[in-house]
Amino acid sequence: MSNYHLDHLQFLETEAIHVLREVAGEFERPALLFSGGKDSICLLRLAEKAFRPSELPLPLLNVDTGHHFPELNTFRDERVRELGAKLIIRRVEDAIAAGIATPVPGEISRNRLQIPTLLAAIEEFRFDCCIGGARRDEEKARAKERFFSFRDSFGQWDPKNQRPEIWNLYNARLNPGENMRVFPLSNWTEQDVWEYIRRERLAVPTIYFSHRRACVRRHGQWLPVNDLVPPRPAEEIRELVVRVRTIGDIISTGMVESPADTVDDIITEIAAARVTERGSRADDKSSEAAMEDRKKAGYF
Amino acid sequence: MIKPAALSPTLDLLRFNTCGSVDDGKSTLIGRLLYDSKSLMEDQLEALERSADITGGGQINLANLTDGLRAEREQGITIDVAYRYFATPRRKFIIADTPGHIQYTRNMVTGASAANLSIVLVDARLGVIEQSRRHTCLASLLRIPHLVVAINKMDLVGWSEARFNEIRVEFEQFLPRLGIQDVKFIPISALLGDNVVDASVHTPWYPGPTLLHHLETVHIGSDWNLNGFRLPVQWVNRPHHPTDPRLHDFRGFSGQIAGGIVRTGQKVTVLPGGQSTTVKEIWTYDGPVPEAFCPQSVTLRLEHDIDVSRGHLIIGPDHLPGGSSDLRANVCWMHSRPLQAGRKYWLKHTTQSVQAVVTAINHRLDISTLEPEPAPAGLALNDIGEIRLHTAKPLFFDGYETNRLTGSFILIEQGTHATVAAGMLLPPTEVVRPDTTDFVI
Repeated sequence: MSNYHLDHLQFLETEAIHVLREVAGEFERPALLFSGGKDSICLLRLAEKAFRPSELPLPLLNVDTGHHFPELNTFRDERVRELGAKLIIRRVEDAIAAGIATPVPGEISRNRLQIPTLLAAIEEFRFDCCIGGARRDEEKARAKERFFSFRDSFGQWDPKNQRPEIWNLYNARLNPGENMRVFPLSNWTEQDVWEYIRRERLAVPTIYFSHRRACVRRHGQWLPVNDLVPPRPAEEIRELVVRVRTIGDIISTGMVESPADTVDDIITEIAAARVTERGSRADDKSSEAAMEDRKKAGYF
Repeated sequence: MIKPAALSPTLDLLRFNTCGSVDDGKSTLIGRLLYDSKSLMEDQLEALERSADITGGGQINLANLTDGLRAEREQGITIDVAYRYFATPRRKFIIADTPGHIQYTRNMVTGASAANLSIVLVDARLGVIEQSRRHTCLASLLRIPHLVVAINKMDLVGWSEARFNEIRVEFEQFLPRLGIQDVKFIPISALLGDNVVDASVHTPWYPGPTLLHHLETVHIGSDWNLNGFRLPVQWVNRPHHPTDPRLHDFRGFSGQIAGGIVRTGQKVTVLPGGQSTTVKEIWTYDGPVPEAFCPQSVTLRLEHDIDVSRGHLIIGPDHLPGGSSDLRANVCWMHSRPLQAGRKYWLKHTTQSVQAVVTAINHRLDISTLEPEPAPAGLALNDIGEIRLHTAKPLFFDGYETNRLTGSFILIEQGTHATVAAGMLLPPTEVVRPDTTDFVI
């Protein structure tokens, strides 16, 4: 075999860098969605690889739901400081106060409320492109997603009418008011993300690693006890050794019991896992088409 | 928290697509590959079993794994290309699953454009039908390096070696015209799993590998073009750093190498200008490297201060590309508004977009035979034909058969910005002749 050969991570890396540079070459005002979660951590390293030694040619944007794990926001802010990047935060609380977003009683996450908050931020800064860390292996609706995903002037995704994507030629053309969502990690799997974190020695928020935490059993999963998830009268508080596999809204992200406290352990655990990553997200279980419906309305 | 990095396993990645129509057992085959390689998770299996009770009369429908959208489940159809991922200890795989109904050509071109390998499914009872020929011709047109003809439903022909050979011979009669280098015939039963992951006890006469074993071992190291160096410039990297003098003068040209190998100190030429200089440094985030190759993403620093911007092409001294404003190409038409001669489009080729007018439609291809039908009025959705184009600026390109990255383009409709065609350039009639004198300031 020749030496001129890339392994799977190197291939996924060069593909993602190519996509990021196409964004820089084709759009006037792009932004990169950075939450501090594992996928967007990889995305940020890929942006460094695409654009260094220059400064990143785009700001970072985070929609803060007010339901974030505190460890996530601490990590987000530290990473942004290290990079000297520009971070724009738009809060769901503010969108609710301004009447842009309207909460509905009984919702199990603020996913839906992120949509108008994000669309308002896109309008405020006139972003023509938002880069996100979504992957096709996460979820069935995402498996149909393009690298360059066109959104109309209402931010809507039309899955039946997507632009065909051929070779590595991305059609980035927009009319005023339209928007593109770009997903450089489309072809990555959960396993690839962790292997890349290991290879690049990337830091991740501490909640991905095993720790002791007070939890209650609700809807078949272990929820972390906190101000937003107070224990109900009949519920027993259990002190468990847990970690998160995927980070969503703090009121609906299930903790998984796990002794994995290193990246190596996590990779071993995922390789042996018998449920998918999103199995611990109640927000995706609410209906078969939960993700599809959010994406059509303008979700990431 | 993070231990010193243990080396990640170095697996390579094989991208393949499956071609077949509704009843060929395509979804069953994908389901079988995922199931037998233990790539399905419990929650996915539970969801499958739930949908079997509700819609399938108790029968598990493996197509439900790939049909992700509400409309698809409601109508029992696949709308678009879906991507599935799985891995074995030997390789990582990306499957592009394309539906077999109307719009088939458009979807297959989309799913197969980046594939290393195509699987054409043939029903052993039916043998080589027009569909099989269409799929094989498309794979040939797209220059997919490896082809597997999976002869499926062998259980329904009594595992007959004679039937297998009959179909194989029929295939081999039209294959030579298509120029596909590597073709493998495998007798399988996707439904029962024979020769998919595990070897069949019913085919002792078949000495070859199972389908998965072939996918794991087929040699894909030479699927990229390593001959003529090509770097389409994506982005000019100029830090303009006010205080760091090293960065103040840094000027790099970033892009993904679309062909060949580049080495520090070698001579390169920038097109369209034609100026030549040498490579001062191959800069990467992980430090400078002495050489880089297709498809790596790099940043080149050049010895001289030449005008270079996005859309320009940096090339090496050998295997020169063609350069012309008058082009011939095979296009696959992807839009319901047909192509008519005389229309203007945006043409995106590597990293540049130019205006192009279609000056002639030479012929339409019969996709079952690749025979040309002369002088059609237009090209409709899912048609493939040869056209002539005139571009506002010259393109620097290779024939698609030599290089899939510098030989391909898309056409974009002006106004709606719909992607209306995928184009494969025919080899250039003459190569570019850049200035032979070195660049001097």
